[in-house]
Amino acid sequence: MHNAPDTIFRTLADPTRRAIFERLAREGEQTVSALTSQSGVSQPAVSKHLAVLKLAGLVHDRHEGRQTHYSAEPRGLKPLIDWMALYGAFWRDRFDALENLLNRMDQ
Amino acid sequence: MTDVVAATRSLVVERVMPHPPEKIWRALTQAPLIEAWLMKNDFQPIVGHRFNFRATPIHGWNGVTDCEVLEIIPCQRLVYSWNASGDQAPDGLKTIVTWTLTPGENGTRVRMEQSGFRPQDEAGYRGMGGGWPRILGRLEEAAGRF
Repeated sequence: MHNAPDTIFRTLADPTRRAIFERLAREGEQTVSALTSQSGVSQPAVSKHLAVLKLAGLVHDRHEGRQTHYSAEPRGLKPLIDWMALYGAFWRDRFDALENLLNRMDQ
Repeated sequence: MTDVVAATRSLVVERVMPHPPEKIWRALTQAPLIEAWLMKNDFQPIVGHRFNFRATPIHGWNGVTDCEVLEIIPCQRLVYSWNASGDQAPDGLKTIVTWTLTPGENGTRVRMEQSGFRPQDEAGYRGMGGGWPRILGRLEEAAGRF
């Protein structure tokens, strides 16, 4: 749980992998071969990236016959949002406490 | 007014406080005063001084933050590292906290920026170039679908 944002940062840090994720988010469900045709890397490489994305909870796969269709999983980004919200809330609270202290302090 | 902006790899909180910079500086740099609004600490306003923030441990966090004073410009700028401690250090946060005080008409603008990823994430982060703000920009959109 603690490492979830790190996993997402690491997963999306790879430019090829990020491009695949962005494409799925933008264009919807795609097969591995469709993704390969525009990625500039080999099909095994695309499959490997998809496996990493799936492990991070960022994509969803659906099997149909011999084809596997992949789609983006926006809920996978939630730990990242929680992480930002957590620290944002932490510092906002501390700012409130700092102002309270300043109001109690002499010049 | 407080703004929390999740831009690139930093978290920024800014607020104008109706107090002079000198007074705010004391609250940022005197250990007992820091404890009153942030956490227990052994801060000293000396560049290179290593110190800890200590909070009550909770599940999954030992409550300790490892810090080092990196820069001091009295009443203007204070920078310290903000890192996970002990056995949580390898996988934990490795960040920099920068405080900036800017005097203005209605008081002092207090700006806190917490920035940075772990070193092993750093190369990846740089590689992302303009991609990261775009992803963060889309988070709001995605969040609406939860």
